[in-house]
Amino acid sequence: MNYSRVSSISRFVLLLAAIVAICAISVCGIYINDETRLKGIFEEDTIRLGLDLAGGSVVTFQAQTEDTGDDLDYGMESVLTVMRDRLDGQGLTEALCYKTGNDMVTIEIPDIDDPNEAIANFMQTAKLQFKDSKGKVVLEGEHVDQASVWYDDKGEIIVQLNLTAEGATRFSNATKVAAATKDYIAIVIDGVTISQPTVQEHITDGVASISGNFTAESASALANNINAGAFRYELVPVEQRTVGATLGENSLSSSLIAGAIGVLLVIIFMCIYYKLPGVMASITLVAYIGIFGLVLNLTQANLTLAGIAGIFLSIGMAVDANVVIFERMKEEIDAGKSAKAAIKGGFKRAFSAILDSNVTTVIACAVLYFLGSGTIKGFATTLFIGIVISLFTALVITRALLYLCVGMGANEPKTYRSLGRRAK
Amino acid sequence: MSKFHFIKNQKVTLAIIAIILLAGIVSFFVRGFNIDIDFSGGTEIKLNIGTEVTNEVCDNINDIIRNHELLGNDYVSSTTKSESTANMAIIRTGTKALDNAQIDALLDAVAAAYPDTDLNDKEINKIDPTIGDSLTKSAIIAVIVAVALMLVYIWIRFELKSGIAAVLCLTHDLFVMFAVYSLFQIPINANIIAALLTILGYSINATIVVFDRVRENKAKLVGTPFADVVNKSAHETMGRSVNTTLTTLFTIGMIYILGVDAIRDFAFPLIIGIVAGLFSSVFMSGMIWNALDKLGKKN
Repeated sequence: MNYSRVSSISRFVLLLAAIVAICAISVCGIYINDETRLKGIFEEDTIRLGLDLAGGSVVTFQAQTEDTGDDLDYGMESVLTVMRDRLDGQGLTEALCYKTGNDMVTIEIPDIDDPNEAIANFMQTAKLQFKDSKGKVVLEGEHVDQASVWYDDKGEIIVQLNLTAEGATRFSNATKVAAATKDYIAIVIDGVTISQPTVQEHITDGVASISGNFTAESASALANNINAGAFRYELVPVEQRTVGATLGENSLSSSLIAGAIGVLLVIIFMCIYYKLPGVMASITLVAYIGIFGLVLNLTQANLTLAGIAGIFLSIGMAVDANVVIFERMKEEIDAGKSAKAAIKGGFKRAFSAILDSNVTTVIACAVLYFLGSGTIKGFATTLFIGIVISLFTALVITRALLYLCVGMGANEPKTYRSLGRRAK
Repeated sequence: MSKFHFIKNQKVTLAIIAIILLAGIVSFFVRGFNIDIDFSGGTEIKLNIGTEVTNEVCDNINDIIRNHELLGNDYVSSTTKSESTANMAIIRTGTKALDNAQIDALLDAVAAAYPDTDLNDKEINKIDPTIGDSLTKSAIIAVIVAVALMLVYIWIRFELKSGIAAVLCLTHDLFVMFAVYSLFQIPINANIIAALLTILGYSINATIVVFDRVRENKAKLVGTPFADVVNKSAHETMGRSVNTTLTTLFTIGMIYILGVDAIRDFAFPLIIGIVAGLFSSVFMSGMIWNALDKLGKKN
């Protein structure tokens, strides 16, 4: 055995080991220390399953406003910020919240039993007003520094408001007037008077409280909504979808099984039709799936049903680059070239077709990404990642594997020629 | 097959195109489209009623809606059974979206009529008609922009005639997709945009592999009639065209066979679109390029 053959064998084994390692990391994760670790792809908190897979609720609200252009953009930003704060305050940190179109906000809440109740809780406008007996507004939501839930002396639940400096001054003035005549101050939320306490004394410490038959949940929802602030616009629901998680689990497992069988069929076909290069392409396909899993894992992609379809479609297309190259190799071999020369010629002559065809598919992906909405964006992203990885695996890994095969002594051109008929 | 001359026998190709056009147009007028609430607006409830959904069950559920005090005749649209899950009823209520009280009332009424109903195994979708309008707009814009950009790219890398030929092939593929949606009454929902653009990307892929070979052979075989160059190129790339279609069909086909409703509705038009893409890239693309070439020389 000469030196170059030993070197080829060891490099071939190294490459296979690297592919196995990538697949292993992708499936099982990797642990270096507590800070530096990556979970396996099937563990929790890696790939985010879209609502159609995990189950949950998606609601789109349209803002009722005359604003346009920059004013609208600015207003919608504020609505999004408030919405995010409110969702987090309700413990819905997993929920997604994004702008749709120019004047709509979409919220996706995974794993939720009663979406209607949750939505009712965080959707109240929470416009807070304190009015004196003449109906004059003495205090508003913006004068509240911090709202929190407390129990009063009688053990009833109240919402306590710590006021800002200006709020404290205004409240002090208002209570001074009211206390003198034993008058009341009404507390109005979203236009509804929820309590109307008689003012007993002049309050100067900048603390106001709201009582009124609260439960622990309703009090904390109100406190949270006052803290997050009021929405700039009135929001009207225009779209609402609920997906049961059962339906999602079925879709996921059946899609995964279907994909696995499909990939197996592709591998069998490639090995029979394209012989040795087909076997190498199958190894490359495994590498492709491993790298894809790793990328999805690292980017914590949000995977929807359409996204999974996009992945399997891109697997089918990933083989395409190999097919184009192997067909070219067949012609080179039919022209009487050696195995090594055929590989070289095959890659060189296939390159322009592979480049042009993939650029056009990337164009379709880009248009989908920039003009599409949620689900469609996910589909475009997975298809794009798929194209980039398929180009890398076909042009780099398959090529390396084939040259190493020649280096290991598989020199017979026949083993590199597909079953297809000789061109006339 | 190797004797089939793609240009000399182009009457065969033209006849197939004519049949496709005829079938599609007849279907558009006779069967129309099954437009989902994504585009039309309305409420759709998928519910596992715990017993097989037969035609009588569908009629019965429609009666429940018709006779319910909170609902009534205006809300009866269609109740069908799910293709893949026998116990899953798909209840759709016109273009009128139900409010939450109405949805709860409907669910309770159906659960009362069918005691095995699993209220946890359900899916509720509610969409305002205005959403559908903006979705239609963005779908049309996305397709036009994608096709225009592809035309420009092919124009730069090849020539204008080949770009026009490629766009005509894409138009054919899109037409076939719409014909399939109409013929098989597949619900047209937001996923159609992804399906259409996937087929655009896939079919242009195949067409470009053919054109790449035409470009190469044209430079190599100076003096050979363009029709023969096109024919030779189509034959030489046939192996690739068929095999790539096969491997793609393996994966997407398995998803169609084993998948749930939502994914089957997505996979089926893709399968037909992929076959249409094979036909248009092998039979049509070179033929049209050749026809445009002849037209250019006459003038």
